[in-house]
Order: sequence, then C-alpha cells, then structure tokens
Amino acid sequence: MPSKVEGWKDEVYGTDVREHLYRFAEEGWNAIPEDERDAWFERFKWWGLYHQRKGQESYFMMRIGTPNGRLTPEQLRVVGEIADEYARGPVENPEFGGAYCDWTTRQSIQLHWIQLQDVPEIFEKLEANDLSTIQACGDSWRNIVGSPVAGRDAKEHLDAWPVIQELHETFKGNDDYANLPRKWKVAVTGDTRGSGQAEINDLGFEPASKEIDGEERKGFNVTVGGGLSRKEPRFARDIDVFVTPEEVPEVAGGVSALFRDHGDREDRFNARIKFLVDEWGPEKLRRVLQEDYVEFELRSAGDGLREEYTYNAGRNDEIGDYVGVHEQTDGNYFVGLSVLVGRMGAEDVIELADLAEAYGSEMIGLTQRQNVIVADIAEEDLDDFLSEDVLEYYSPDPHPFLRGSIACTGTEFCSLSIVETKNRMVRYARWLKDNVELPDGIDDFHIHLSGCTASCAQPQIADISLRGMKTRKDGEPVEAFDIGLGGGLGENPQFADWVEMRVAADEVPGYIRNLLRIYDEASDGKESFREFIDRHDEDELNGLAEPEETSYEDPYLGNTKMTWYPYAEETEMDASPTPSPADD
Amino acid sequence: MPTSVHQLDDGAWLSVNDTRQINVSDLWWLARHDFCSCEMADFLAEGFVDIGVDYPNIEGRIAGQCIECGESGVTDWLTLGRVVDPEAGRFFGVDPGSVHVPVRRRRLALPDE
Repeated sequence: MPSKVEGWKDEVYGTDVREHLYRFAEEGWNAIPEDERDAWFERFKWWGLYHQRKGQESYFMMRIGTPNGRLTPEQLRVVGEIADEYARGPVENPEFGGAYCDWTTRQSIQLHWIQLQDVPEIFEKLEANDLSTIQACGDSWRNIVGSPVAGRDAKEHLDAWPVIQELHETFKGNDDYANLPRKWKVAVTGDTRGSGQAEINDLGFEPASKEIDGEERKGFNVTVGGGLSRKEPRFARDIDVFVTPEEVPEVAGGVSALFRDHGDREDRFNARIKFLVDEWGPEKLRRVLQEDYVEFELRSAGDGLREEYTYNAGRNDEIGDYVGVHEQTDGNYFVGLSVLVGRMGAEDVIELADLAEAYGSEMIGLTQRQNVIVADIAEEDLDDFLSEDVLEYYSPDPHPFLRGSIACTGTEFCSLSIVETKNRMVRYARWLKDNVELPDGIDDFHIHLSGCTASCAQPQIADISLRGMKTRKDGEPVEAFDIGLGGGLGENPQFADWVEMRVAADEVPGYIRNLLRIYDEASDGKESFREFIDRHDEDELNGLAEPEETSYEDPYLGNTKMTWYPYAEETEMDASPTPSPADD
Repeated sequence: MPTSVHQLDDGAWLSVNDTRQINVSDLWWLARHDFCSCEMADFLAEGFVDIGVDYPNIEGRIAGQCIECGESGVTDWLTLGRVVDPEAGRFFGVDPGSVHVPVRRRRLALPDE
C-alpha cells in the first residue's frame, strides 16, 4: 500500500501546489488547517520550501536551484537582496549575523527564516531574474550538478553546459516527471576534474570517449544508484552505457521514468533508486531501460577519465576544487574563493556581486565544496581584483583547514540533525589553523561535518568524516561525533572507515591534532593523507590517535536540539517566539 | 475523530494529529530489551521507522544506536505517548529520559505506514 506521503501527493502535487501556496500566503499561517499542515509542508517542498524544525513554527527554509551552481552577478545580487530583506529571524547568528545565504553541497542556495506571506514577492523577484525554487526539494528532479565553469575551464573533455541546460528545461515543471517515488539527483560532468561527483548521485553522466563508426566521439558514461544517505552509502553503479551529448535527454528521461514506474512507493526508506539497483543489479536495469524506455540501441560504455580526476580525489599533486586563480579557455581567469562552511553574509553577497559586475564578470559559480567562483576576470585586472577587501575573508588562497571544511545546516534549523554544525565547524577550523601543523607540502585537507546520517555534508567522502552523535560526559549527555577516515572520490572512490565512535564534540579538535602529528611524523611530504590512511588496515586505524580535550572551547556541547534556537539568549523551547506574530 | 499518526521528513519526527511531537536526537533508556547486550541501553534516537496506534498508546520503532556499546539497529515497539481522548486529540508524550521497555510486535502497523 502506498505511503501516506504518496496519498498527499496524489491529491495535490507539482506545479498545482503553487496556487495553494499563494492562497496561504494571502490568508496567513493560520489559514493552513492544523490537521493538514503535515500534508501541505510535504507539498511545499516541491516549490523549494521546507518547514524549519520544532520551535521555529511558521518559518521556512527556501532553496533556490541553480543548475551547475551557475548564476550571473545580477542574479547573485538579487539573491543577496532577498536574503537581506526576507531571510531574517527573531535572533541573529553569532558567527554570521542576521541575514545570510548558504551555498550547498549540491550547488544550490538556501535561505532561512522565510515566512509564507513573503513567498509571492520573493518568487516574483526570483523569476524576474530567471531564478526559481521549482523542484528544489521534494520527490522530483532536483538541481542538476556539475562544473560551474563548463565551457570556460581548460581542464575539460567536453562542454556539458548545453546538455545541462536542456535537461533543466526539459525536466523542471514537466508533469510526466513531477512526482517520482523519491528525490532524483542528477550530475553531468564534462570536465576532467570529476567535479560533478556523479559517483554519489542517483543518475550520473561522466566524461568518456568511444569510437563510433570509426570516429572517436566525446560523450558520457552513465552510472545509476549512488547516494550517501542513512548508513547505506552506495557509489553509483556502471550500467555499461555510453551516450553522446545529443542522446543524454532521452536516456536521462528514460532512467527517471523507469524510477517513476518501478521505484518503491510503499516504503520511503527503501525508495531511492540505489535500492532498486541493489535489487535488480545494473544488468537488469540496463535491459529494462533498453526494452521499455529508450528507442535507440544503447551502446556499451566508453573509456572514462576517472584516472584524471582531481576533485576531492585525495591527491597531493593537484587540487581540483577551483579555489585560486585559473586561466580560462578564452584567456580570462576565474577565481575560486573559499567560503568557510558555505555561509556568506547577505551584505557580502551583494558586495561580491557588485565587484564581479565591476570587473566585467558574466558568471558566478557555486561549487559542491560550498565555495564561490568569480569568472571572466581579465588578466590585466587580476591583481586589482585579488587585492579587493572582500577577498581577505573569502580568500583565493586559504589555509587548508579553512579551504577543506564543509558543514551541513545542523540543529540550527534542521529536524533531522543531532548536533550543531556550521558554527562548530567554523570554530574547529579556526582552532586547527591556529594550533595544528599540517606536514609540509600538504595544501588540501578535507573535513566534512554532517549533523546526522542523512549525510548532507557528504561525510563519507572526506579525509576526516564527522557524523553527529551523542555521548555522555560525566554522566551528562553531550553532542558528539563518529569519526571516519580516508574517504574520497577520484580514480578509486572509497567511503571513510569509521574508526573512532562517539567522541565528545570538544575532544574532536584534539583527536585531529593528535592524528595529524602521527601523519606528520610518517610523512615524506609526498604521500597524501588519504594515501597514508589507505596503507593502514582497520585494526591499525582504530585507536591510532586519541581524542583529547584541548584549549578548544565548545559552546554548543549541550543538547542544541532541545532549544528553539541554539544561539538565543533564552534557548528553552517555551521561549520560542514562533509562530511569527506577523502571520497571526 | 481518528488519531492521525505518522513519521515525517525522513523519520525526523513523530507527528500526532499533524503536530510535531517527538524529535529524533533524544536519548532513551531501554530496559528488558534485546537491542544490545547492555543491561540498560542508552539509546540515541536517529529516525522513526514505524509508527502505530494501540489505543490509547502511540507506539513506534526507532532506528538508532546504544551510545554505551555502539550497537545500532531498530528497536522493538516503544510507547511514545498516549492520546487518551481521541475526540480531544491531545497527545501526552512520554519522557525519553525515563526508563522504557520495548515490546515485540503484537499487531500489524498501520496499513498506510
């Protein structure tokens, strides 16, 4: 029997949700019947609105999907202005202030504290600038990820941007694909960095070549069924198919229709296509795709380029994360700026947009490492651009601990998270920078901090993986982390080994320091951290370093989920000022 | 009126009559259980897997792990709270920090869960 969510979706879903959203915006929060709230909140996701957690009733997270994380400077300014005007809550965040934008690990944008009555105005501003929240959450085609600098990057096999645009236009707002059994994440990568991280997506197109009728053709190999959520991580499986760029839409539509028709609609925990691939195997999936969903004869896979990948690849010889100054194919430069935990104050966003425009940039990019790129800087302007004030904080040459740190939303807003994340990761990174030496020659070190097993910060594919947990300290419950080591993508993708469990949050920096001391002693400056971990077996890794209290202080050690907002003066749930009086 | 119960947002919380009642991330003390070998499991709730009603109790099975020994899995059925008067619909939640005794399935879960 279909799940309750499926019943709600059968009643109203997809584009039809919008008129109801506008009606509630007009009539106010209280117009949503109490016994229909869960159903409507589930439906609102399709339009990018996600009700914030307990204690924050009537406030929503709004996600804006930007394919490939690509915007113009004008669009970036609009996002910053919307954040400044509408994304303000009752209490400021002590690290980030009163209004900010989050760049996500799927190259989207998240704003918080959005209220229903503002949604029509926000949609109007977004859509006037060719931006949208459509299908940013919910059970359908999510934001398509890939290289933001496709078509500009010298490290490119083929320009995938036209393909991604076509997919975006075909599958957004398309009733045939609007109601899938679960979320549908697609990556299309044409570069040689592997920046799309197709390996962890439901459907991936990775760069490849194949000889067709005696001619070497550039295109993509197709993978299906990747994902990190729960404790069921899967790398996408190779279904032995090569497609040319022109064939991508038909195959992408075919695989997503197959998922629509065969995915599990009874058990949402079993609904992602990774479980269907587990059940069927890649051979059956390919056969059903061929027989029922694709008109032309599928070719076998071509020669992939994974051995060249540098994005989150754990290599010491090259870092493919776009941070720094890079020459474009047209002779201009793109500059990748490090945004610690992907959160940028609204004023900084507007300032960066103005700056980009002043320098003639036509493109801003958001990366899966939560950073931002400003493209199209002329060579003669580079020095001036690099000396701009805003680049002091959002640096193109950041310390490795600042460069490599990723964090999800956490208990600040998220229902699922077990621990506070972004502010803590900021404090971790700063403490590590001030107190811990990396071995000479190590410029890249990834710490991914995720609040729970949903894995939005992609914890399984980092040098140091942190996953939210609880433990007891002196008998009292405290926020903690399971620690994993040695995960990453690249030529040989691998998930982290979970080696140290339930480490109190204030002992994690000490653990990392102690571990890096051991790495430093063993390091010859050439071996990457991932290689170092890889040559130890599981027994050796367990207990390799000890967690330890240090000078690091953690203000969020208690149960932040019990608060209505972790940074409020009065944090108790009863002190929550929500639902917002503006909506009453 | 019938009592509406379900888990939502990937099992992040238990909803009773469309009101969010119990979150994940609490620690539950479990006694007389076979979740792990600890006499008392110090169980971290990470996700609501099944929800059901056995009037007047609202029951659930929760995915998570014992933070004492590290064993992870899904609990047997736990009483999460009560709706004594279905007409009024008011939910009285249990205190996760008190001691709970999971029981094996005595009946089917709600057909639509």
